[in-house]
Amino acid sequence: MYQQHVPITRSQQVAQNVHVLEFQSEAIAAQAIPGQFLNIRPSRFYDPFLRRAYSIHRVVDDRLEIIYNVVGKGSALFAEAKVGETLDILGPLGTPFHLEGEFHRAVLVSGGVGIAPMPFLGDWLLKQGKQVANIYGARTAAMIADDGRLHNARYATDDGSLGYRGNVVGLLDQFLADEGADGLRVFACGPNKMLMALGDFCQLRGVPLEVSLECQMACGIGICQGCPVEMATGERKYTLVCTHGPNYNYNDIRLESIPAVH
Amino acid sequence: MTELQIRNARFKNPVLTASGTFGYGLECPDLFDVSRLGGVVTKSISRKPRDGNPPQRIAETSSGGMLNSIGLANVGVDVFLDQKLPALIERKATVIVNIAASSVEEYCYVLERCEEHEGIDGYEINVSCPNVKDGGLSFGTDCPAVAQITRELRSRTDRFLSMKLTPNVTSIGEFARACEAEGADAVSCVNTFIGMDIDVGTRRPKIATITGGYSGPAILPMALAKVYEVRKAVKIPIIGIGGIMTAQDAIKFLVVGASLIQLGTVLFVDPMAATTVVKGIEEYMQQNGFSQINDLIGALDVTMQPSLVAAGWS
Ligand SMILES: Cc1cc2nc3c(=O)[nH]c(=O)nc-3n(C[C@H](O)[C@H](O)[C@H](O)COP(=O)(O)OP(=O)(O)OC[C@H]3O[C@@H](n4cnc5c(N)ncnc54)[C@H](O)[C@@H]3O)c2cc1C
Ligand SMILES: Cc1cc2nc3c(=O)[nH]c(=O)nc-3n(C[C@H](O)[C@H](O)[C@H](O)COP(=O)(O)O)c2cc1C
Ligand code: FES
Repeated sequence: MYQQHVPITRSQQVAQNVHVLEFQSEAIAAQAIPGQFLNIRPSRFYDPFLRRAYSIHRVVDDRLEIIYNVVGKGSALFAEAKVGETLDILGPLGTPFHLEGEFHRAVLVSGGVGIAPMPFLGDWLLKQGKQVANIYGARTAAMIADDGRLHNARYATDDGSLGYRGNVVGLLDQFLADEGADGLRVFACGPNKMLMALGDFCQLRGVPLEVSLECQMACGIGICQGCPVEMATGERKYTLVCTHGPNYNYNDIRLESIPAVH
Repeated sequence: MTELQIRNARFKNPVLTASGTFGYGLECPDLFDVSRLGGVVTKSISRKPRDGNPPQRIAETSSGGMLNSIGLANVGVDVFLDQKLPALIERKATVIVNIAASSVEEYCYVLERCEEHEGIDGYEINVSCPNVKDGGLSFGTDCPAVAQITRELRSRTDRFLSMKLTPNVTSIGEFARACEAEGADAVSCVNTFIGMDIDVGTRRPKIATITGGYSGPAILPMALAKVYEVRKAVKIPIIGIGGIMTAQDAIKFLVVGASLIQLGTVLFVDPMAATTVVKGIEEYMQQNGFSQINDLIGALDVTMQPSLVAAGWS
């Protein structure tokens, strides 16, 4: 874990309300594992005050990317940031995706900006010799951020403007019909409603599901106790999303315990 | 230059981490060497482990601060003593155990359990948590109760004992006087202010318990005024807390009369703040000709303009 002021090397809008920031940090890039996130200070001043959490989108050599929606004050400031300016970054944080255990195929299911952790994960899994497919859903084609580097991707849009018309659960159903469920693990990130629907579906099909969560955070490093999610198993009632998570086996947590943010 | 001793407790410098804002002092070893701090004040420890409140526990406010309703989530005294304390000692931290409870007996129980262990430099007693139903603030706003808790604990320990006061009272000086009279070595001022925020879209409170503890840079002027009030009320050392982000902020508390200060919410934004604050205080002392921290403490100049004095201000 490092706290660093890192130079921005790219800042770009890549789809409707979707932006990418790339910056340089040899140390963080070397330590990062898929599913981990960064806590980024939005301002040198006190408003906005708290750091903002962003998944590590991609790592290439000493460069890291985040991909984000502009939803409020902090993200609006990130979208204004220019190449050459620096960002105050804390990371890499959190427990990575759980990659241990038996599986040889991975389906990465994203809803909207839930695409964030998937390219890094996909690259990593390919290097481990796994087969990787992406299922990427959004309301409409204009909201899909695809720079051609996404591995083996299928798309779902609510309005049918790109790929499958419908949601990612429907498209995953189709994928399973085409390709079967043997040796498969699903990794998912997106709105809680999507994760819950996916949870029900995967349960029904007996497919293991690993989810990457978001919830409001203050510190991001386990010192404030501000980010609990209720556990479905084990002795403790809550775990902290910032350190124990944000990546969980879906069956270990009660997702409904996290209130909607917006 | 910045060293200070109060009773048995030696503080290398006046900068401590505030309870509940630095975990057990063990969470970010990569970032920070805790032995360089004046001290680590632990998360409030209770007799039994506490799960804490349901989410939403935190919310940023637009005023440069945040609300929290953590609800004293902690591992309980047994796990603390078995697992956390030895690690803190190994890292050579000055350890102040913060204790929370819902009865006088429970405060005594937790303190007595701690007394069985070496390596604890002192206690800070949280009689001021706004975020739990049982105890906490209900003690903190009841002066005879605070006096009784101080008396009972004082009779059970020779270690450094500081009572952590709530600012959510009309006259904090009165509470400080009660603590002083019952033998407290210091008072920690202040805990969070009660605050509230809502989402106008949903018309719902931003945190689950509706109101919560307000902290961060926004509260500094209010906290400083409370420390000033306490300074006038008692002779015992004050630990100044509330909205400190920088060395300048810390110096304000020292000048008003705090002997030590604590960094709280700032650590969520800048976990390494303690290093810069310690350095900044030292630089300030050098630049302004203070060779001892004691000379800076209480160096406030409140000489009034004669016209104000004539008008009856004091
Ligand atoms: C582990 C993790 C990874 C994340 N990864 C990404 C990502 O890769 N891309 C992306 O676009 N977003 C991601 N988010 C959500 C992102 O943190 C928020 O969109 C962002 O904090 C909004 O800040 P703001 O100032 O623009 O919004 P505001 O609404 O002004 O923020 C106000 C407060 O609410 C918090 N907040 C608001 N929305 C969210 C949210 N959805 N989740 C958590 N906190 C929120 C902010 O951090 C801030 O404290 C992630 C969240 C977490 C916890
Ligand atoms: C998230 C959070 C948790 C806290 N937990 C405790 C606690 O367990 N015990 C306690 O005495 N004070 C607790 N406090 C209060 C702080 O120690 C401090 O008194 C207060 O936040 C004001 O200082 P600040 O503005 O520098 O944060 C907590 C504060 C925050 C923000
Ligand atoms: S965000 Fe502070 S403990 Fe998780």
